Amino acid sequence: MMDLLWTQAVFWALVGIALLVIGLYALIVHAHLLRKVLALNIMSSGVFVLFIALARRAPREAAGGADAPAQVVPAPPDPVPQAMVLTGIVVAVAATGLLLALIVRLRSVAGRTTLDNRADD
Amino acid sequence: MPATTEMGSGRDRRGASRRESGGQARGPASARPRRELPLAARVLLGLLLLALFCALALAVLSLPSPAPGLSAAVAARLDESGVSHPVTAVLLNFRAYDTLLELTVLLLALIGTWSVGTAHGCAGSPPGPLLRQLPRLLVPLMVLVAGYLLWAGAHAPGGAFQAGSLLGGIGILLCLSGRPLPRWAQGWPVRLLALAGVTVFAALGAGAGALPGGALLAWPPGWAKALILAVELAAMLSIGAILAALFAGGRP
Repeated sequence: MMDLLWTQAVFWALVGIALLVIGLYALIVHAHLLRKVLALNIMSSGVFVLFIALARRAPREAAGGADAPAQVVPAPPDPVPQAMVLTGIVVAVAATGLLLALIVRLRSVAGRTTLDNRADD
Repeated sequence: MPATTEMGSGRDRRGASRRESGGQARGPASARPRRELPLAARVLLGLLLLALFCALALAVLSLPSPAPGLSAAVAARLDESGVSHPVTAVLLNFRAYDTLLELTVLLLALIGTWSVGTAHGCAGSPPGPLLRQLPRLLVPLMVLVAGYLLWAGAHAPGGAFQAGSLLGGIGILLCLSGRPLPRWAQGWPVRLLALAGVTVFAALGAGAGALPGGALLAWPPGWAKALILAVELAAMLSIGAILAALFAGGRP
């Protein structure tokens, strides 16, 4: 059943995976903690896009009964992944706030914004 | 809404120590190229991540096309849930544990933020005339929209989180426009607001569990709408308070 809806869902799922991988690359490569937080946020956005995309693959029966033509009545997205993404967004915001507070604290205590322990000067 | 704190001498002191530490932090900047990954490592990392992308893409492509989702299960019990929007029904009835623990995570983040430092005001520079006057126009509108979103959550996209983030936006706007929270509100009112969501949610959930034949967080069908609205109201206030307090960046 490779219809348009499925193609769209796969496209956005691939976009979400790409965001996840790009964020993971930035998370590993950059030493500055603010960049790491931004990378984590991009990764979480990728996961959210992936979840929302996959929620579009809801089974047809849920739309308007089995007798309704599938092309006329697009199935409503699965609500459970959407609710999980809504939860995830709030958790991501809370984690970002806490991480930023920790970075500010680290900088005011240790004068650096990386996790590098070597004394540089 | 909760937000910022005194902007007096404490802020100046902090600013001075910031500048000092900024000077220290600038030292390593010259040594930065040495610290970055070499090109070969980057290429290797890129290849590994490309492999990860391909693996995840294959996993997505191999999913069954008519997805065995939970839409049907949600739709079957939707009329017992007290709301008619399926996402709200999942959030606040079918999977209410998620939402309760999410509010707990927010509260823990706030406690963590408050335990590492004090807030130092969010207005970096004195607000301009536009920013000083903007809240007069926007805040009543935002309160109105937040109330609408809370009510609309029962049957349309909306709900406590969207409304709560609007309230958090009000807190941030007031903070940025140089209207800190009055001193009397920086003590227990902020803490009470931040606790309201988890407390009301957990108390009502436990109350539902104490009913004969009830279970924890399982709303009795006749009362579901009123209970969900009460939980959402408390959660909205809590989320708004916590988001604005997180923005302020420390305990008042």
